[in-house]
Amino acid sequence: MSGHDSPPTVGVSTGPATSLAYHTGTWRTERPVYVDLAPPCSLACPSGEDIRGWLGSTQEGEAGFEKAWRRLVAANPLPAVMGRICYHPCQTACNRASVDEEVGINAVERFLGDTALERGWALPAPAAQSGRRVLVVGSGPAGLSAAYQLRQRGHAVTVREAAAEPGGMMRYGIPAYRLPRDVLAAEIRRIEATGVRVECGRRVDSLDDALAEYDAVVLTVGAGVAHHVDIPAGAASKIVDAIDVLRDVASGHPPLLGRRVAVYGGGNTAMDAARTARRLGASDAVVVYRRTREQMPAHPTELADAVGEGVRVQWLSTISAVDGPRVTIERMALDTDGVPRGTGEFEELDADTVLLAVGQDADLSLLTDAPDVVVAEGVVQVDPVTLMTGRQGVFAAGDVSPGSRTATYAIGRGARAAKAVDAWLAPRVLPAEPVAREAGSDRLNPWYYSDAPKQHRSELEAARRVTGFEEVLAGLDAEHAVFEARRCMSCGSCFECDNCYGMCPDDAIRKLGPGMRYEIDYDYCKGCGICAAECPCGAIDMVPEVR
Amino acid sequence: MTTVHIPFLQTGTLAVGGRLLTEEERSVQSHADRPSSLTKGHRACQGCAEALAARWVMDTAVEAAGGKLVVANATGCLEVFSTLYPESAWKPPWIHSLFANAAAVATGIAASLHAQGRDDVRVLAQGGDGGTVDIGLAAVSGMFERNDDVLYVCYDNQGYMNTGVQRSSATPATARTATTPAVGRHPGQAFGQGKSMVKIAMAHEIPYVASATPADLRDLEAKVRIAMSIRGARYLHVLVPCPLGWGSASSASIALARAAVQSGIFPVVEARAGELTGVERIRERVDVSEYLRPQARFAHLFKPGGEDALERWRALAEANIRRYDLLGGAR
Amino acid sequence: MREVLEGSQAVARTVARCRPGVVCAYPISPQTHIVEALSVMARTGELADCEYVNVESEFSAMSVAIGASAAGSRAYTATASQGLLYMAEAVYNAAGMGLPIVMTVANRAVGAPINIWNDHSDAMAMRDAGWLQLFAADNQEAADLHVIAFAAAEELGIPAMVCMDGFVLTHASDVVELATADQIDAFLPPYRPQQVLDVDHPTTIGTMAGPESFTETRYLQHLRFLDAADVIAAWSDRFRAAFGREAGGLIARYSPDTLDRDAQAPPASSTDLTVVAMGSVVGTLQAALAPLRAEGVPVRLVGVSSFRPFPEAALRDALGGSRHVLVVDRALELGAGGVLTGSVGRALAGTRSRIHSVVAGLGGRPILEASLQDAVRRALAGDLGALEFLDLKTGGVPVPAAGASEVTR
Repeated sequence: MSGHDSPPTVGVSTGPATSLAYHTGTWRTERPVYVDLAPPCSLACPSGEDIRGWLGSTQEGEAGFEKAWRRLVAANPLPAVMGRICYHPCQTACNRASVDEEVGINAVERFLGDTALERGWALPAPAAQSGRRVLVVGSGPAGLSAAYQLRQRGHAVTVREAAAEPGGMMRYGIPAYRLPRDVLAAEIRRIEATGVRVECGRRVDSLDDALAEYDAVVLTVGAGVAHHVDIPAGAASKIVDAIDVLRDVASGHPPLLGRRVAVYGGGNTAMDAARTARRLGASDAVVVYRRTREQMPAHPTELADAVGEGVRVQWLSTISAVDGPRVTIERMALDTDGVPRGTGEFEELDADTVLLAVGQDADLSLLTDAPDVVVAEGVVQVDPVTLMTGRQGVFAAGDVSPGSRTATYAIGRGARAAKAVDAWLAPRVLPAEPVAREAGSDRLNPWYYSDAPKQHRSELEAARRVTGFEEVLAGLDAEHAVFEARRCMSCGSCFECDNCYGMCPDDAIRKLGPGMRYEIDYDYCKGCGICAAECPCGAIDMVPEVR
Repeated sequence: MTTVHIPFLQTGTLAVGGRLLTEEERSVQSHADRPSSLTKGHRACQGCAEALAARWVMDTAVEAAGGKLVVANATGCLEVFSTLYPESAWKPPWIHSLFANAAAVATGIAASLHAQGRDDVRVLAQGGDGGTVDIGLAAVSGMFERNDDVLYVCYDNQGYMNTGVQRSSATPATARTATTPAVGRHPGQAFGQGKSMVKIAMAHEIPYVASATPADLRDLEAKVRIAMSIRGARYLHVLVPCPLGWGSASSASIALARAAVQSGIFPVVEARAGELTGVERIRERVDVSEYLRPQARFAHLFKPGGEDALERWRALAEANIRRYDLLGGAR
Repeated sequence: MREVLEGSQAVARTVARCRPGVVCAYPISPQTHIVEALSVMARTGELADCEYVNVESEFSAMSVAIGASAAGSRAYTATASQGLLYMAEAVYNAAGMGLPIVMTVANRAVGAPINIWNDHSDAMAMRDAGWLQLFAADNQEAADLHVIAFAAAEELGIPAMVCMDGFVLTHASDVVELATADQIDAFLPPYRPQQVLDVDHPTTIGTMAGPESFTETRYLQHLRFLDAADVIAAWSDRFRAAFGREAGGLIARYSPDTLDRDAQAPPASSTDLTVVAMGSVVGTLQAALAPLRAEGVPVRLVGVSSFRPFPEAALRDALGGSRHVLVVDRALELGAGGVLTGSVGRALAGTRSRIHSVVAGLGGRPILEASLQDAVRRALAGDLGALEFLDLKTGGVPVPAAGASEVTR
């Protein structure tokens, strides 16, 4: 080669982007890996809802509402109901609380539930008929959930309900100001529309008879019988069960309670009863509770709502006697173990009616011919994985079985029972629920989330609410529901914010398009860890590189 | 401030992108088909914020120029890690001449393009703090003073990192470098030295001066876009954390830039014709220790005897906060 | 058109007619008149489609030229002395990147002590920078060399310095005939850069070359430099054909009889003493050697037009077998001798010629005809050493006034 013909400045000029020939991935000692972790909301949700998932669809606005609802009803066929009455442990667990306030998940759930009712969205069509028949005893949340899920799997499902109308405690226990009856009825009708047969006014008395007729039975009879305590009472005393009062109100026969009402107990039923008493005209509603506020089983929001409506609470007190309008109360004190002990100090309280809300028991009369179904501590004992009782083919879920007595827990257990029945009918082994890795708040990079406090549902003014049974909480409109949904931080799961893609100094992440997320180009990724550090939701792990 | 504020969308305006954004609302960096002007295969250290910021700046500039961008680069890390013959990590036409002359080379390119009637092609010059604040200052100042049609970008990693972490006039007080060791009565770089290139640029009364960090992509992109919409000399000063020189974790580069801003140590500002026109307010104020402690070059501040220096750091932050009203009057 | 012009004006007008796209200017004596003249032409429009940039230093002047050249413009600047050294880093860089910038160097001494007058120290300091270095003997050649410089530099992808003696030529008025714009347009091809910063065909210019490729880079640069001699010769031939006068070339031959420049002059013979020189001193030698020739002294004159590339073969041809070669050197390689002498010596290695180095005219010291004649006579008489300083004062440097020396250590 002569100099004249050689390139003018070889060694100095080169083509663009020729560095692709150099693979910097060999430098890596740790590699980033995308993960999908369980968010605390879902882990805390007894119904097992994919909350992050349906909030994610809601974030898309109008285009995503139906998809969001469908993801929601995959676990819970009663979103409009639960959007009103659930104590939303999801929100208590929500990581957003460490940024500003927890996401108003419950309000968005109600929005989706109401929107579905308004627009007449139908539940998914069931799978092809399996030819198997299942009886569900009781139409509370556990029963409806089990029936819905069984029907989805193609089984012929009958629900038998002793009461005149379906819904169990939702129908007869929870006051209408918290759960309007038309909402409940509409969501039950929608389950029926999938082919679930609901027979009201039909008490099931014999398990043997039921099993002769059906391939499997799910017991979801609830705990609708008031627990009783022994209180010395005079003949003129008016002591009634709070659950009965709630049931009567729900049935359209509100009782006369008088001007002064004492409620004995500290659970949610006590709160409902006190608030209902206010609505029925009591100017003075006092909750008498033997322990402290911290020990109270009622949900804090229930207590707050009750107090907001003028209900008083007498802490560390037991009713020792009732004589006409005279209620004798003994002051209690906590011992070193936190157990309340009588102090021997007494005081008196005037009450026209005393409502007992000291717990509820299951009605287990149909088990008289089934000694193999073990009952302990007032509830039916079940296998913790399959929820099957001592009798083959008989399952139990909800308040009649061990566990938390909440509607959301009942829905979750009802669905679990349905899965178990389905597996038993197949037959195949039902695997235990997988243990999920939680996306704790320490994984989050909260900097990236805008400050945006949750949208408080406009509450009716307390003064107005105590006079009637209108619904207390208004729902969110679409705009606010979307806003609220967008407050979700998508803990532990990529929501395509582009941080990893945009912040990779080595241009080593590929963006795969909407819904497809990203892919790390390990030929070039040096493993610096910026993607993991700056991922808002903790969806990237750095794992040691093994070569 | 020039930051593009988009409606509240899950992560608001702070993340790179977001699936809920419209096409117009997305940052350049969020696009699957972004230019990636500085592409993969470059040899920057792990976690190099200069490599990151350079891609951000140049991608935005390339888009703003309709793809017609020419780049002049000073000697330094950015040049060495990107163009080891026969490989180049650059996509736009790019030239490296010397350490001190990027601004002048860019002036020559701009003059040439103007003479050729190619005013559609835009010119960007870039260098590190050494090539800008120290050895290249005369050329930068000359380019400013003549108001040449060049956007000059300084990636300030606060020292001569390419040559093994020596002190520059952008090295902050107390920082340990190879030539300001952490020994003696006053360890590290002395207080009272160094200069503010942003203020120097402003003193030239050029059309546009701004500072930015990799902790706020949208702010940085907006500033590049504004700069590219203006003719004449423009200056952008980008703080770029350097894991090697700062002794910080490679994953911490963005977080350190964030702490620099949120502590008040690095004011993010913009100015037109010498007048301060915008300031990025502190969003979540943090103590200077949040910025200093993760950096090994400041390790001596957190040993017995470092308290006084730490207090002087706090005073520096306070002075910035006062001078630029970084808390927006809502202290 | 023949006209009387200052050397700087002649150069400036010729440069303008070469249609540079970018001219950068920083003042330093004795170059200043050139860029001043160009600034006027840029304002009047005589220098059209050109950006005239007033930079803040010679370093930036060369850097602006680098950027302009890489962006596709014919780029020009002028400097001297300290200015050339101040831009030294960029001078090397322009060559390494193959950018055919043309620069006038109005040769001047390099301090300290500071001295604004003529010698060749500045250009000699850049002899290894990778530039073509063409030396003008007079103002006509200084102007004409710029046309050849642009042509050769652009064909080669090698930058070119046109060296003209400061003050002696730049500030001297002489009769010249400048190439017209039309003539230059017909002669000089438009600038077609061999590599350019083109947004449609992006390229990376100025990469880092490691140990595995740096040697090859330099070797290829060397090969191109070897080609440069032929290219310079060819453009000089074309220039003679187009303009009817001698300019450039590798070495200048002079008629033994008239001592006029004559490309056809025969080589010297083995009985001759040949004086070798560069720049304006050649004119002094023409005058000084004529009386000697008339006396029958066997003396010949050869001028070096191209110092880089150094035309060893052409020089050997012209020198024939000269018994004595007397090199008049305008720059000193301290501790060794004249700079030009070193290159001549290498060219003559293995021949029987005896080389004398006469260092003359440093820092503007006038070179007297009589002194040159004396040196020639002494050389022929065997009385001239291998290295002599022309007209060296035996008393040394004048002593400072009383007291000044007390501060020295």
